[in-house]
Amino acid sequence: MSLLDASNPPAWLDGGSWTYPLGTDNQSRDVLSAILYGSRLSLFVGSLAVLLALLIGVTLGLLAGWCGGLTDTIIMRIADVKLSFPAILLALLIDGVVRGMLPRDAQSEIASYVLIAAIALSFWVQYARTVRASTLVERNKEYIQAARVIGVHPAKIVLGHLLPNVIGPILVIATINLALAILTEATLSFLGVGLPPTQPSLGTLIRNGNDYLFSGDWWISIFPGVVLAVLILSVNLLGDWLRDAFNPKLR
Amino acid sequence: MLEPLLRVENLRIELPTRRGVLTAIDDISFAIAPGEVLGVVGESGAGKSLTGTAIIGLLEPPLRIAGGRITLAGRRIDNLPSEAVRRIRGREIGAIFQDPLTSLNPLYTIGRQLVETIRTHLDLSPAAARDQALALLREVGIAGAEARIDHYPHQFSGGMRQRVVIALAIAANPRLIIADEPTTALDVSIQAQIIALLKRLCRDHGTAIMLVTHDMGVIAETAHRVAVMYAGRIVEIGAVAEIVAHPRHPYTRGLMDSIPRIGGRRQRLRQIDGAMPRLGAIPAGCPFNQRCPEVADRCRRQRPDLLPAAGTEAACWLYDKVLLPAQEAFDG
Amino acid sequence: MAEPETLLHVEELHRSFDVSLPAIERLMRGKKRATLKAVDGISFTMRRGETFALVGESGCGKSTVARLVVGLYRPTSGRVVFAGQELARLKSRKAAAPLRRRLQMIFQDPYASLNPRWQVKRIIAEPLRTHRLVASEAALRQRVAELLLQVRLSPVDGDKFPHEFSGGQRQRISIARALASNPEFLVCDEPTSALDVSVQAQILNLMKDLQRQLGLTYLFISHNLAVIYQMSDRVGVMYLGRLVEIASAERLFAAPRHPYTQLLLDTIPSIEITGREREPVGGEVPNPINPPPGCSFHPRCPFAYERCRRERPELIDVGGTLVACHAVEEDRLPQARAYTEYET
Repeated sequence: MSLLDASNPPAWLDGGSWTYPLGTDNQSRDVLSAILYGSRLSLFVGSLAVLLALLIGVTLGLLAGWCGGLTDTIIMRIADVKLSFPAILLALLIDGVVRGMLPRDAQSEIASYVLIAAIALSFWVQYARTVRASTLVERNKEYIQAARVIGVHPAKIVLGHLLPNVIGPILVIATINLALAILTEATLSFLGVGLPPTQPSLGTLIRNGNDYLFSGDWWISIFPGVVLAVLILSVNLLGDWLRDAFNPKLR
Repeated sequence: MLEPLLRVENLRIELPTRRGVLTAIDDISFAIAPGEVLGVVGESGAGKSLTGTAIIGLLEPPLRIAGGRITLAGRRIDNLPSEAVRRIRGREIGAIFQDPLTSLNPLYTIGRQLVETIRTHLDLSPAAARDQALALLREVGIAGAEARIDHYPHQFSGGMRQRVVIALAIAANPRLIIADEPTTALDVSIQAQIIALLKRLCRDHGTAIMLVTHDMGVIAETAHRVAVMYAGRIVEIGAVAEIVAHPRHPYTRGLMDSIPRIGGRRQRLRQIDGAMPRLGAIPAGCPFNQRCPEVADRCRRQRPDLLPAAGTEAACWLYDKVLLPAQEAFDG
Repeated sequence: MAEPETLLHVEELHRSFDVSLPAIERLMRGKKRATLKAVDGISFTMRRGETFALVGESGCGKSTVARLVVGLYRPTSGRVVFAGQELARLKSRKAAAPLRRRLQMIFQDPYASLNPRWQVKRIIAEPLRTHRLVASEAALRQRVAELLLQVRLSPVDGDKFPHEFSGGQRQRISIARALASNPEFLVCDEPTSALDVSVQAQILNLMKDLQRQLGLTYLFISHNLAVIYQMSDRVGVMYLGRLVEIASAERLFAAPRHPYTQLLLDTIPSIEITGREREPVGGEVPNPINPPPGCSFHPRCPFAYERCRRERPELIDVGGTLVACHAVEEDRLPQARAYTEYET
């Protein structure tokens, strides 16, 4: 990399070259390579966040729906409290707290994990609610009663009978959420409270490029933006396919 | 011979699917005279509800009428534009469906639903329509109509709700009512009340009723004639008393035999082995040939039309007098 | 020959459900707690090998009794004693397991009683696995195949999913599952109500054959008197959570005593009587949250009088039939009509 190559436009325009097909940013980093690395990181953060949210949400939802009574009330009130905070605010809060607790050097390394935790804690409620609602419905169905009459252990009933039948809508929500998680990560990084600028993600890339949009170096922001949009679209289509694949009636 | 009120001729209803076009109703013909109650009986999948839905013009795409005609009082109604069908629905043909819970809009009082229906079809002022609604409620046997007209559906019990649905159906004084399993969701003792109500209305207003149900007992008490459906076809049609006492078609015989009755010997119920073929798996020839105890070679090749069978009409080669004169002894 | 043993003994069974509005709404509307007495003092006994039917219209509590017997609900008071043990008293699942093995249930809805995501062989094998009744996978496969054949399905059906079967076939699968643990006692909750009449005949015949082959005892719940006529030895008629008449099937159908039983028999739409004109008894089953005082049937009873409004009748023995009716006790009823010539 040489600073002389800074702010090169994409290859097909004047001043560009095919060494850097999509141009370079102000610090002469190749936009294409940055996008490739960035997408990887965005996907990583997004998927893990959704997975964690799923784990928390589904578990709590099953517990609330199956046990009912006090357990249900407690879990749902916690969920209600969480819902009164917007996701971004919550992520900011968690991020701020962790920053305050850790020394500077450690911050960069674990920044992605803090971000994952923050996003997961913002998203779990919808899973919990959906699963709880489905559980309440399925719980009274006769195949569950049959399992109880047979004497099957409650844990086996919940995991073996209930879970496969309530997981359907969750998959669709999860894939939409994956898109949302990636977006949230991008937003937070854009705002400066997600990943540090040293770790490229689609969000930080867009952020970096934002300053240069109006000075004419549009490629630094636009390409990561386009890739973000395409990524989200593919994820949603994957979700539709997944849901159909899991439906035994359509096999 | 009275001119029939409703005439269905060679009706075919098709369902296009990814795997090809399935025939749900395959060439059925029947007629209903004014003031007559025709029962349409059959098991699930036979197509009886579909027939009623088609007549009233509520066929949901991709289901479509692929052949034949339906005429009401001499006028064709199967090929009308949707606006014309909407006007007929309610005014000339009323409908009662199975579940009174979902037939009524839970958000409006029954008075409002009644008045809306009345004013849609008859040119009455709101006050006159309300009086009419009250009269209807009294007629269907709802006590305290003045108070109850402003109640919501959930404030009524199942039997009462069904009465309200019946009131809605007769609001514009239609000449024909399609009743699809009107008593199935109700308790036995309430069923009897609703049946009595339908019979009385039929007599007092001269309304014809097409009563679709799987319950032969209800048909026996209510209907004049009955059509037995199997796999999208009518296999037997005739007077109720005749069919109950002397069923001719082997399927009807099997059906009558498998109905548990009170009285007489308690022995093994006669059963028909197998099950009704699904759409798309209906065999060539007679649709009952896989399960019929009297199946012959011809039954597998040729589909029988409704043939006269000593009192009723049955779609069965046993009654083909031209080819099998020896069968006359059989009918004795 | 010794009298067959008592297999099930139900004593003064009560079950109530709390159907009050949530606390805040109750406060705001000034309403009290509301309890629904689904089962209001039921007692009966069943001998091994017999079929005892519970009949009644919706809301009478017969399904709740079924679930109480099989242990899905705990009684609010009273006892359910199966083979000398009370299921409700057994605290742990392990203690209850031997009892559960002997007592199984068949449900009404063939579509909801099988897990749609499990293969049929897994569904049938579940009791075998839970109670560890077979030693190896091979033995398991063998047993599942036997069970499928027993209910007149084919062993290859084990690899399919429930939605590939018709209602009648699903009910057979339910029966196979119920038979897997070699039970002695089956609670059948409206097993054929959701089926077409010709399929119903197949299933009822199957159940009768199985009872003979395996020596089963059935508690048969239904609202269909004709089916009960075909299937049962003794019948209990329920109304609003109480038993109003218990009799052998012969006596019940030949000479019903309680006015409600007579009403039921009178109002069944019957094939024999085509075009019959009759004015059915009016009224509907009252709201079980607010049952009428005294005898719960008195608002609809043509023979009700003062005592019926105040005092709840107890079951008394009248010529072999147990009836809960003041009019019967005081011999005020007209001669009971013979409804049918009952032959065995």
